[in-house]
Amino acid sequence: MSSFEELLEESQRRFHELEAGDKPWIRVGTAVCGEASGAFQVIEAINSELNKRGIAANVSAVGCIGLCYAETLVDILKPGKPRVFYKNITPEMVPDLVESYIVGDNHRPDLALAYSGEGNLDGIPRLEDLPMWSRQVRIALRNCGHIDPLDIYQYIAKGGYAALNKAITKMEPADVIKEMQDSGLRGRGGAAFPTGTKWSFLARSPGPLKYILCNCEEGDPGAYNDKGILESDPHSLIEGAILAGFATEASNGVVFIRHGHEGPVQRTMHAIEQAYELGLLGDNILGSSFSFHMEVSLTGDSYVSGEETALMESVEGKRAMPRARPPFPAAYGVWGIPSNINNIKSLSYVSEIISKGGEWFAGIGTEGSKGTAILCLSGNIAMPGMVEVPMGITLRDVIENVVGGVPDGRNVKFLQTGGPLGGVLPADQMDIELDFGVMSQAGAILGSGGIIVADDRACAVNMTRLLVAFCQYESCGKCFPCRLGMTNLIEILERIASFESRPQDLELMRTVGQNMAATSLCGHGQLGWNPVQSALRSFPDDFIAHMEEKRCPTGQCMVPVFTPQRTRSRWTSAQPIELKF
Amino acid sequence: MTNNQDDQTRKIGEALANQSARTVTVLSSLLAIEDAVGYIPPKAIEEVAAYTNSTINDVWGVASFYTNFRFTPPGEHIVEVCWGPTCHLLGAQVILQAALQTLGLPEEGDTSDGKVSLKYNTCLGACSQGPVISIDHKIIGPQALGGLNGDAMVRKVVEIVSQLQSGSPK
Repeated sequence: MSSFEELLEESQRRFHELEAGDKPWIRVGTAVCGEASGAFQVIEAINSELNKRGIAANVSAVGCIGLCYAETLVDILKPGKPRVFYKNITPEMVPDLVESYIVGDNHRPDLALAYSGEGNLDGIPRLEDLPMWSRQVRIALRNCGHIDPLDIYQYIAKGGYAALNKAITKMEPADVIKEMQDSGLRGRGGAAFPTGTKWSFLARSPGPLKYILCNCEEGDPGAYNDKGILESDPHSLIEGAILAGFATEASNGVVFIRHGHEGPVQRTMHAIEQAYELGLLGDNILGSSFSFHMEVSLTGDSYVSGEETALMESVEGKRAMPRARPPFPAAYGVWGIPSNINNIKSLSYVSEIISKGGEWFAGIGTEGSKGTAILCLSGNIAMPGMVEVPMGITLRDVIENVVGGVPDGRNVKFLQTGGPLGGVLPADQMDIELDFGVMSQAGAILGSGGIIVADDRACAVNMTRLLVAFCQYESCGKCFPCRLGMTNLIEILERIASFESRPQDLELMRTVGQNMAATSLCGHGQLGWNPVQSALRSFPDDFIAHMEEKRCPTGQCMVPVFTPQRTRSRWTSAQPIELKF
Repeated sequence: MTNNQDDQTRKIGEALANQSARTVTVLSSLLAIEDAVGYIPPKAIEEVAAYTNSTINDVWGVASFYTNFRFTPPGEHIVEVCWGPTCHLLGAQVILQAALQTLGLPEEGDTSDGKVSLKYNTCLGACSQGPVISIDHKIIGPQALGGLNGDAMVRKVVEIVSQLQSGSPK
């Protein structure tokens, strides 16, 4: 087995060849946002054009750099030139682009978005000067869009696995936990529990078998940052998970992803294999006495399986229904073995924290929320994308300055944050800071970082009905307050949206919602009332218009809403069930 | 017919034996079969129960819980339309309505000629590109359709869906 120094040297040699060799390096964004905009067809077009002309170049399918509005994003690094980013490239534009900039030397300011690196190019801005880029502090997303997720050497050349080497050669497990506690990192999955403290629980549990579970279920509509990290830079997660294993003396890691998301699934599986090949996973990692094994576990379509105890049921191959706590996972986890569950984003910070120190991380952000927020912005905004900004900046700043505000001269009506259970936040509260405490005081959840912006054409009743329909469809059915309560709520909201409400409906919803909150086992039922409550609080006029004036102020409720609330039974009972004993 | 049956039995057996999951469970076995066969045939339930040393009841319990499993063969093409909040704001309901009308379906399901299965999807994960649809597990957004939006996008989706149904996809 080669030592880490040899591995690093080899990686740097390979990366230098890519970056400063005599061939152009063409990188195409192929995360899910790229895929949806046709990135794979663009790569095909590039390869065939290069072949036709007999040009030698390196073409890499990289992940998401976060400028999703500009997908398909193609960036070209030519020898001796800065790196030029081209936006909204289609297969038809490829021959022209190759002719101009790869064969010729015209950098095409009309197609370019920005450039990055030494030198100066006329007519296009520097990437670092773009409003969407200049406010960002990229820690967990440091490599996203820059390196090939299928090539472990590129990750190592960019400083990867150095933290693991540092921990194994120079640190004790307790030092790693201490560093994490000093960093003040709080879990980014939604509950915001301090990560270092969580690890210290597992460290005290008896071994030798212990599990680190990495949660990439990410069923929240509007959030794709966990999948984005796995698609763009899976090794940052794997290194974080190995460090968590080292700190807590755990033996196994499981990456938990929803079946069907091929990008994250395939790239993570490939990355784990590569890490095994180089001795960064498996027995005696980097020649030490520490051993750690990892695998990918897939789940079916179920929103609740992202809840930590339901996740463990799903890993065991059962129905994803939450367990009662206590016992907590650190005592009785997956297969009854002590376990620790972290979100993908939380784990992706770990290697940088260990490399640069907890104090460095604690210097970013606010008193109560250290570090950065990884946000996915979508909806009625000019430049949807995935950004990483320091905690403490205001939501208004993010929406108006980072992602370009609402287009067509319209105004924000509300934000939908933290997944469907997070409810809606009215525009007049946009001046609150990105901070777990401040946001929860305002009645919003930062949650997994999805922010959906709705402009003044949106109807609060219509959106609430959609959110509740989602929650009803995704209730796992274990606790009847949630199973029946969600159904009650959606029935009442459908009545309101079709102007057939009854006078006592609001009171009825309140009773049902409060019962759900008081008596459900997991957050799905406990927070299930939140979307209705937040909309009622912020937009009472919308409800009054539907209930008393029998009209929808925006006209949105005139269109029938198709939601699959009744289809679960139809899909599953299509075949008569024959039982055999 | 017997050949088809044998072929299916072979596929199920192979899927169970060659799972990508290192830890084999009821769920991993069902997912492997769905990937290989396209749905969960009734006899697969028994096979999974035997393979994972569990009961038929347990396997049905898991299979009926996760909404991605289906128990009848899917149509030749699978069209999924995202109805997550982002796509909803950007016009998913009109796309959904147009797709249903084109296929002559009252709600999600299979066309009677077995050509197309239409599914609602809670979130395809490409929110920044909304509104998105997925055809045979390939996600397509407005940019991939030539930068179309609004009614132009709806017309394009109608065109694609009717081509799938008439059997001449591009």
